[in-house]
Amino acid sequence: MSWLGPEEWQAVGLSIKVAFWATLLSLPFGVLCAYALARWTFRGKMVLNGLIHLPLILPPVVTGYLLLMAFGRRGPVGEFLEAQLGLVLAFRWTGAVLAAAVMAFPLMVRAIRLGIEAVDVRLEEAAATLGAPAWAVFLTVTLPLILPGIVAGTALAAAKAMGEFGATITFVSNIPGETRTLPSAIYSFLQVPGGEAPALRLVAVSVAVALLALAASEWLARRAARRITGA
Amino acid sequence: MSLTVDLRHRFGAFALEVDFEAPEGITALFGRSGSGKTTVVNAVAGLLRPDTGRIAVEGVTVFDSGARVNLAPHRRRFGYVFQDARLFPHLDVAGNLAYGLRFSPRGAAGASLDEVADLLGLETLLGRRPGALSGGEKQRVAIGRALLSRPRMLLMDEPLAALDAARKSEILPYLERLRDRTGLPILYVSHAVAEVARLATTVVVLEGGRVVQAGPAEQVLSDPALVRQIGIREAGAVLPATVTRHHADGLSELAISGGRVFLPQIDLAQGERTRVRILAHDVILSRAAPEGLSALNILPATVIALREGSGPGVMVQMKCGTDRLLARITRRSADALGLAPGVGVHAVIKSVSVARIDVGGG
Repeated sequence: MSWLGPEEWQAVGLSIKVAFWATLLSLPFGVLCAYALARWTFRGKMVLNGLIHLPLILPPVVTGYLLLMAFGRRGPVGEFLEAQLGLVLAFRWTGAVLAAAVMAFPLMVRAIRLGIEAVDVRLEEAAATLGAPAWAVFLTVTLPLILPGIVAGTALAAAKAMGEFGATITFVSNIPGETRTLPSAIYSFLQVPGGEAPALRLVAVSVAVALLALAASEWLARRAARRITGA
Repeated sequence: MSLTVDLRHRFGAFALEVDFEAPEGITALFGRSGSGKTTVVNAVAGLLRPDTGRIAVEGVTVFDSGARVNLAPHRRRFGYVFQDARLFPHLDVAGNLAYGLRFSPRGAAGASLDEVADLLGLETLLGRRPGALSGGEKQRVAIGRALLSRPRMLLMDEPLAALDAARKSEILPYLERLRDRTGLPILYVSHAVAEVARLATTVVVLEGGRVVQAGPAEQVLSDPALVRQIGIREAGAVLPATVTRHHADGLSELAISGGRVFLPQIDLAQGERTRVRILAHDVILSRAAPEGLSALNILPATVIALREGSGPGVMVQMKCGTDRLLARITRRSADALGLAPGVGVHAVIKSVSVARIDVGGG
């Protein structure tokens, strides 16, 4: 695929890396939040629900700015992370991972929550009467049954993370090789004369990746659904 | 080995207040829908927490509101067979069976997967998914899965209610084998008299959230006071019997305490014990020993009690040998015959009146 220049390759590679880590790291939290929202009743449930969905409603630039205030080197969380763990997020690719994860999180949680709500609680009761403790019921019954929801949520989140632009550019800027992801690269190419050709190539890559992800998730979800309908 | 249940629970206007013992064998929790049967079983299994009470099995207290004991369902070790089977759709039959075994306590005695598959006729189904099973097959797998969890006791909530008559008669023999071979106590919820008559050793009758009668099946089912709960068409006596002979003309001869009865051929060997159920409306009474009658079964009996209903009928309870018989006749006939407690009669029953489902091993 020599038709992509090194700069373009870098952007594509970075986007995949960012999307991969953003999705992977948010998945356990996504399952936990979806489970809590679907099954538990607790004080502050509305607040949690609102917080999770906020990035979906806020302008992405606002989310990015809030992240910068909290996770920037002088932000309360950013300062703590740098002092305790040596982890710097602002203007680093790790920050792009955080921005992408936060923006993709509501989509992931929604899809998984729908999956959990569709699970027949009576099957979990049956598992309990067979001697399975709560954690085992979750791992051996609930989790396999919500697999289609998890697959769908993961695919949606990965696609969103690949294309995240507003919050990312506000939080971690647009540094080649560090934070210049695919959408940032397209944006940058369009800002300079003669950049249309590389921009168009990246657009083609974006479309191809999106279609591929969609097809893969569709196939996986269908396979998982077939497994659990018991046919 | 027994189950002690004593609980009170309210939801809305419905108040449940039950107290009974389930000894060895099959204890049927019998009553109409809405009488609280499923609530009791769910409380025993730990799926519902009663307001107050105590539940103990084999001397292990699983719930005691006074002592603040409330074991989680997975610690109670009751194998629960639900009306809707509840097989795990993501596992095949073998996987479902193995699931029971997986969380069974280490070292607990019990049948192996192969033995259970053999007992319930599941060998050919092991590779199938639950979606590809018939209702009867699903229920057999569910029973096997519950057995393999090595429970202290089996709970069955109307396991046959969702099945048609053919599937029912396919499963009943398996339940009898379970009762006779494993010795596992079973709490069996049902509103079907025929099922209860065939399977139960003990019957607990529930109505409106209360126990109205409890005791050995033969006694409870032949109690004229329970006609309302059982239903007038279904009222009848259950008598223990022993197969004495199979005749060439297609009839089987059985000995009961008060004589002998002929039934259409049943597939039990000579000497095997079983039960016959004789419905009250199939019994004709005669003061004199009848002659020249086509009915083969004529049993001498003594009237114990007459119970009048709101209609023109009378339920006559009789003693026949050491067993009880019930006959439903009109009040007019009762008066004409001069029936009263202590009067000797002859109970006449047509052989073909005893349907096959009413005959069971035990």
